[in-house]
Amino acid sequence: MKIELLNISKRFGSVQANDDVSLTVQAGSIHGLLGENGAGKSTLVKVLSGFISRDAGAVLLDGFPIEIKTPADAIRAGVGMLHQDPLDFPPLSVLNNFMVGKLGGIFINPRSASRDFKRLATEFNFQLDVNELVSNLTVGERQQLEILRLLSLGVKTLILDEPTTGISASQKVALFDAMKHLAAQGKSVIFVSHKLEDVEALCDEVTVMRQGKAAGHLPIPCPDEKLIALMFGRELALPLKPNTCRTTPALELRDVTIATDRLTLRLGNLTVCQGEVIGLAGLEGSGQQLLLLLCAGLLPASTGSLTINGEDMTLKPYKEFLQAGIGYSPADRLKDGLIRGLSIHEHVALRHVSRGWFVDWQETLQRTLQAIALFNIRGKPQTLVERLSGGNQQRTQLALLPVPLNLLLMEHPTRGLDIESVLWVWQQLIARCESGTAILFMSSDLDEIMQYSDRVLVFSGGEVSELIDVADLTVERLGQTIGGRFSSQLSAVHP
Amino acid sequence: MTKSFFYQISSFAIALIILTGMILLSGASPLAIIASMWGGAFGTLDQVARVVSTLAPLLLCASGLLFTFTAGLYNLGIEGQISFGAIVAMIPIRLFQDVLPPALVIVLAIGLGGVGGALWGLLAGALNVYGRVNEIFAGLGLNFVADGLALYLIFGPWKKEGVASMSGTETFHESLWLPTLANTDISPISLLLGIAAVVITLVVLRGTHFGLQLRAVGQNLRASYVLGIPSTRQLLSAFAICGSFAGLAGSLQVLAVYHRLIPSVSSNLGFLALLVAMLIGLNALLILPVAFFFSALNVGSLQLPLELNLESSLAGVIQGMLVLFALLGRGLSETLPPQAIRRQIAIWFDKKQTAKG
Repeated sequence: MKIELLNISKRFGSVQANDDVSLTVQAGSIHGLLGENGAGKSTLVKVLSGFISRDAGAVLLDGFPIEIKTPADAIRAGVGMLHQDPLDFPPLSVLNNFMVGKLGGIFINPRSASRDFKRLATEFNFQLDVNELVSNLTVGERQQLEILRLLSLGVKTLILDEPTTGISASQKVALFDAMKHLAAQGKSVIFVSHKLEDVEALCDEVTVMRQGKAAGHLPIPCPDEKLIALMFGRELALPLKPNTCRTTPALELRDVTIATDRLTLRLGNLTVCQGEVIGLAGLEGSGQQLLLLLCAGLLPASTGSLTINGEDMTLKPYKEFLQAGIGYSPADRLKDGLIRGLSIHEHVALRHVSRGWFVDWQETLQRTLQAIALFNIRGKPQTLVERLSGGNQQRTQLALLPVPLNLLLMEHPTRGLDIESVLWVWQQLIARCESGTAILFMSSDLDEIMQYSDRVLVFSGGEVSELIDVADLTVERLGQTIGGRFSSQLSAVHP
Repeated sequence: MTKSFFYQISSFAIALIILTGMILLSGASPLAIIASMWGGAFGTLDQVARVVSTLAPLLLCASGLLFTFTAGLYNLGIEGQISFGAIVAMIPIRLFQDVLPPALVIVLAIGLGGVGGALWGLLAGALNVYGRVNEIFAGLGLNFVADGLALYLIFGPWKKEGVASMSGTETFHESLWLPTLANTDISPISLLLGIAAVVITLVVLRGTHFGLQLRAVGQNLRASYVLGIPSTRQLLSAFAICGSFAGLAGSLQVLAVYHRLIPSVSSNLGFLALLVAMLIGLNALLILPVAFFFSALNVGSLQLPLELNLESSLAGVIQGMLVLFALLGRGLSETLPPQAIRRQIAIWFDKKQTAKG
């Protein structure tokens, strides 16, 4: 289906999220929508899929104007959207999720739905069990389920909002194959991303957005520099990771095992030095997060001991971990890290408890203004954190970390951030390392792991590798190790 | 701010329109009702006194509920916390009324009432925090337990000499009654405690670390734990503070109003305070005017059956309506932009104009 968006505008309070944006997507093509955070990509596709009402402009499907006011309108018109975080029902089975939203009739027909599901799954080469509970699926599998569900509703245009964050390399290949298959059937795909390499690998054409406007339309292939220049109005350089490792150990694990309901993880012995950066690689849910939570004091170890800067911290309460200068920065910022409804100023006041019962609002305001200037947060002290963009939330979260910091634990430090913010975040992290902070971070971006780690831990199938020096690795080899050829790869690295 | 103000005012206006419609439908005149209720609340010194004496426990309970609402908790157990406070306040009275000087017994009764309410609140809190029972169910359940306990005491160990009755325990000696102003029901001590509770609530929630941390816990339990806030302690404190304020109100019901323990000694004041708290949101400054208004409605409506042959439950209908529409206005202000409504109104007027022309 051919999609035309004409002069779309949308304003949220004082922010012009979309400013006179026009865009045409031909039937049978994959169209990329590229831009940094807060550029207005998500707003634009949400207007098209009925989640947001536009202030001005028109939507044309196959040349005919149409009013899309709700997501249901959009589905009826043949437009379906795959959201960044899967919008499904984890306690239900795959089949029940598949049947949700189907129109017609009072009674459901599980048998025919199951037949439809299997046919579609085979067509797209997705391996999903209809009886499995969605809560047991990975993000990538939930995405596959959602794609099949939308297609079964007769969707002729599929919108994907940042679909490659949090899924494995093989799932990404399957996803891209499915998109190409859809385009070959004459369906159109809109692919929203801030990742250049994904857009280049998949799209026929790309629209770059900057500050709510369409900065340009380009055919793919197209040189990187041209796209980056359009996204930011200038070129960016990667910061180099200097060697900041010292010889004093910051973190020592001895014979540690962590057991949860789903996973038992043998970590064994691990020593991390001050100033060192350790990348934790692996598929989502392979235990990287458990290690971070353990070191943060939020998860007890089943066996073994944990020493931080020479002090035994095994089974100590969380409060003592905080006092020991340990910072933890969760990936889901508004769920685990920041508090909705509280301003930046109030967050700073929560962190800096002065003596006595009363909050010193004057002093904390000074601190907040300093933090906003130092961390380059685009917001005012009284701005509520949920009104900040993802990048600015991450900056706020970094600003709230304790100083001095002995050990910093980060989940996806740059997930969902635009390139400019990514570079800025890593500059800050490297500066911390230079002052002796050891960093453990998990990421599904292998390039990020290769770029910034000194050593890497690979998590795969309930096992954890030895620490591998990053000089002994390439992205390909790391990818294979994560993909399961674990012991053979390890012995190849350490013969 | 202006946007939510627009919605608050509109929802208030709509509530008034609907109420007027309901009154007209029942065949009465709204103006007569306003006049009658005004007279009922402020006509005589006695009636004003009754408004003020209802106000005191309402201020205490609404202040307490502001703590639990801030912590994100729906403390529907406040009724039980009032009752249990009243029961505990009876203990020193029964034990020491002939032994200790009356002033000391009164202080003991008020103090222990607060402690009793706090314990009853903590019990709901412990069920919620450690037992993973939803605080609404824990609170409602404990309300029945407290009421049952009061009934047991009234008909059992504390029964009147001769025959036990629903009218409660034996009235205690007048020296233990809280002093009142002149010949009215106004107890300056009750009123002072109520106003003190409002001031404490304002100061604690706005200015202290505890208040800020309570807000953080109420908005996001997990993130505040990660930020190093002792969230369990915060939640339990909110229950205890709310319970102690309610327990104080309970002891005042015994000492200043009934001068004995009666069944359902809370007189639904806790639920009325819940309405007050819901109407004002988290704005502690509004406790005093709104609680005063509600208390005037309650007392004023008693005049309705006498003068206009109407049910006095009209006060409850008015209160419920106001709260319902205030919540509705708050909900809508988060979903609908006021421009959309203004546009709809403009379109509507446009159509009327064209229809006329």
